This record gives sequence, C-alpha cells and structure tokens, in this order.
Amino acid sequence: METIEAVQKEIIEEFSMFDDWMQRYEYMIELGKSLPLIASEFKSDDYIIKGCQSKVWVHADLQGTKLIFTADSDAIITKGIIAILIRAYSNQHPDEILNANTDFIDKIGLKEHLSPTRANGLVSMIKQMKMYALAFKTQLN
Amino acid sequence: MIDVKKIRKDFPILERQVNGYPLVYFDNAATSQTPIQVIDTIVDYYKNYNANIHRGVHSLSQEATDAYEAARQKIQSHFNAAHPYEIIFTSGTTHSINIIASGYCELLKAGDELLVSALEHHSNIVPWQMLCERTGAILKVIPMDEQGVLILDELDKLLSNKTKLVFVNHVSNALGTVNPIAEIIEKTHAVGAEVLVDGAQASPHIQADFQSLNVDYYVTSAHKLCGPTGVGMLYGKQAALEKLPPYQGGGEMIAEVTFEKTTYAGLPHKFEAGTPNISGGIAFGAALDYMNSIGMENIAAYEEKLLVYGTKELMKIPGLKIYGEAVHKTAVISFNVGDIHPYDIGSILDKMGIAVRTGHHCAQPIMDFYKIPGTVRASFSFYNTFEEIDLMVVALNRAITMLQ
Repeated sequence: METIEAVQKEIIEEFSMFDDWMQRYEYMIELGKSLPLIASEFKSDDYIIKGCQSKVWVHADLQGTKLIFTADSDAIITKGIIAILIRAYSNQHPDEILNANTDFIDKIGLKEHLSPTRANGLVSMIKQMKMYALAFKTQLN
Repeated sequence: MIDVKKIRKDFPILERQVNGYPLVYFDNAATSQTPIQVIDTIVDYYKNYNANIHRGVHSLSQEATDAYEAARQKIQSHFNAAHPYEIIFTSGTTHSINIIASGYCELLKAGDELLVSALEHHSNIVPWQMLCERTGAILKVIPMDEQGVLILDELDKLLSNKTKLVFVNHVSNALGTVNPIAEIIEKTHAVGAEVLVDGAQASPHIQADFQSLNVDYYVTSAHKLCGPTGVGMLYGKQAALEKLPPYQGGGEMIAEVTFEKTTYAGLPHKFEAGTPNISGGIAFGAALDYMNSIGMENIAAYEEKLLVYGTKELMKIPGLKIYGEAVHKTAVISFNVGDIHPYDIGSILDKMGIAVRTGHHCAQPIMDFYKIPGTVRASFSFYNTFEEIDLMVVALNRAITMLQ
C-alpha cells in the first residue's frame, strides 16, 4: 500500500504534464465523471458538507484498519476535486489521514479552490475527511 | 449615446488582466467598479482635510463637515427628497434596513402584518423574520409568476388594515425584474400602511424620485453606483423617520445627556451615532456627480442595448435558459445551461478572465421557486461593451464543450 505522501507525489507529477489550465480542468472534469457513485442512502442531508456553493456529500467506512471514503457532488469540477482527495486519502489508516498535509493542492494549481470565496468547498471537504479519521481512530484504539 | 471608450479610461481596474486574459467584469450587480474621480476624492480627503466632523471648531473639521454635508445634499437632490435631513448616512443597504426593522420593533404588536415580495434579497427577509419573532407580527409573501414578475392581484388580497409595512425591492438582484413600486406604494397607502423600497439594485440604473413616488423609506448602497463600500443611505420621509426610535446610542445622536435622562438629537443625527464613514460619504456624493455627468438616462439607454444584445446572443446557445423574463428589467441576465451546475460554468469563465456571479445570489426563495441550485448571473454596467459580451459567449461555449 502506498503512503499518502507517495500518492500525492504521483498526483503532482500527473498534473505537471499539463501545459495550461484548460488541460488541468479537462482532466479534473474527467476525474469527476469517473468518480464512483456514493450509495444513495448517504446522499442525504446527514452527510452534506455545509458552506459549499455546490452540494457535497462525504461518507466514510472503516474496513479493517483503513478508512474508505465515498463522496459525490452536484457540480462536476467539485467532483473532480473530490476524486483527487479520495485518491490521496481513501484506503489509509486514520492516523495517516490526520497527519497528512494538503500542500499538494497548491502544487497542482488548484490553489484558487482553497480560497474562502470558493465557499470553502475544498477546505471543508478536507476538514470533514479529517473529522471522520479522528472519529474512527477512537474505534481502533 | 455615451462614449464607452472614453468612460472606460476612468476605471483603472478595467485595464488589468485576470488569469492571463483581459478582465471582463460582469458582476456589477454585486458591486460596481470605481472611477478615478471617486478614488481621487477619497485620496484627497485623507491627504488634505481628514478630521472628525460636526465637532471641531478648527478649520479641517469645518472643511470635512462641509464636504460631508454637501454630499448629503447631492444625494437629496439626486433622488429629489424634500429635505437633506431625510437622508441618513448608513454603512449600506443592510444597515439601513436594520435601522427601520429595529425601529418598527417598538411600533408593532402581535397580529400586525408585514408583506414581503417573493423577489427579496436575504437582507430584506431576515431582519423582518427576526422582528416578527420578537413582536408576534406576521410575515406574508407577495408571490411572483414564472417570468419573475410580482402578482399584484395577490397584493390586493393581502393588503388589509392589519398591514403595517410592505417591503419590496425596486429591482430584483437575482433576476433584474423592475417592480412597479409606484403602484405598490399607492395600493399600500390606501390601507394606511408604509412602504420600504430596497433600491440597491435599482439606483445604478434608475433615478428614483422620492417625492413623486411618495415612498416612505428608500435605501441603497454607494458601492452599487460607482461609490466605495461601507457607506449607504436610508431615506425616510420626515414624519416616518421621526416616529422611529433611535437605533444606536452614542456620540453625535444626542442633544443633552445627564445621568437621569438623555434627549436625542433631531434628524439626521438621531440615526448617525458615532463617527461615520466620512470619506465614504463624501465619495458617495462624488459617485453621484460622476453618474450624473454621464447622465442617468444615457446610462439606462445604453445598458438596455447591452441587455437586448446579451439576451439575443446568449439565447443562441443550445440548452441555455434565462430566469427572469420580465418586460421591465435592468441589465441582468440570470441563466443556466442544461443541467450544468452554475459553479462549474463560473469557475471556467473565471479562468478566462470573465467575472460573473454564481449561486443563489442571496435569494434562495427565488431559486426554490424555480427548483434550481442557483444560476450564473451576468450583470452589465455602462462601462461594459458589446465586444465583452461576445467574449463571454465564446468563453461560455468553450466551458460548455468542456463540461458536457
């Protein structure tokens, strides 16, 4: 199993191959379209992340000692961002998730999605994933 | 016709690039850009006569007071209010509405009714909901139709001797609908109630005449009409303002203070506690001077052409639906394309230097009415051009290709 750091490095390398923003966004949109669907019972207000311009649902499940995330959004670019986050953080131990940093977002040219005016979408998603990690960590101990 | 090329030179910000593209600023309904004449007014104030007003005997204070009061008179004359003291400086539209809501709190009793239009901005809904919770008054809604036009027959049914206040925006921020406020005021006065008009979206485009409208309260923000943020206006008829209790205690708003009792200053100072946004107030006046130097009628005529052209060009895009199809509209086009999320379109347009607003535009009830998460909103101003609309359409087509 790869570490979060290794996955992040891979993502940075992938994005570095693009020449301009349009290719980056086209790739994100592709990622968004291929994001596996979240089970419909989790697409409810209980799992919604507040403070996003687009709706985002995130669910987490512990399998063994690894946390598995599934998520969805009604906006495709947001789905692309989710796909990237899931690739980095899903199927990892809660401790790893809690300790992971988020610098790679900046390095793949998506810094603007971290700004508060994007209605905190990305920031809230990362926070929510870390909250899940914290909650499941206590189950493991 | 106005000389747009010349006008654009007054706005330094319009020369900048965004994400490597020339800026196309179509978020004018959120805030307008500031011409150099207004920026210079602010700089001049801080460089040459920054002082607190209404208090000092020294020359700087006198000059600042004179400039501030001259701005009040410019606002009075622009909107044809009967007296300068009927113009209260506030921090903006939301503040103005809260002053009235807070004052009404003392005047209302359980069972009194307030009417709000279905087209309101959250800032014109929330204070009244809070007020109703405290007083037991009842909030009722004047509905709108599919075109985004208020149904006046329904207003007739809602108005009664229980009605105390009707609040309606002059122009809807989400859809651009121009509401028939003269008719609404007349109908409301017939049952003995008052009308508060939110003019934030209208005042950059339409020069309201307060006396001929016979409106009780009218509010707006300077930053919507080429002025700075953080300053706005509350107009009230003298009698209407006098019956409202003061909003905040503090300096400036008192006549005499003893530990037993304080008597309040008269209008407008009763509602202007504390040191105001002095440079902002003066710049508000300068912004009106600037708009008037171009001419409000010229502005409206040119923006109407932008609206017609923009609507025509956008309608050519397959699957594009425009929300708000009132006959009387300001230069606002709210739209969606197929089932593409407005956030996705807005994000990609931004990458191409085009600033539009996406989301619910602080008017969730309208979005609920249309059962949509939000819209993309392009709002034009007199410094925008037909070429910029073309750029938006090209960018939009590219965005759609990417997103579909």
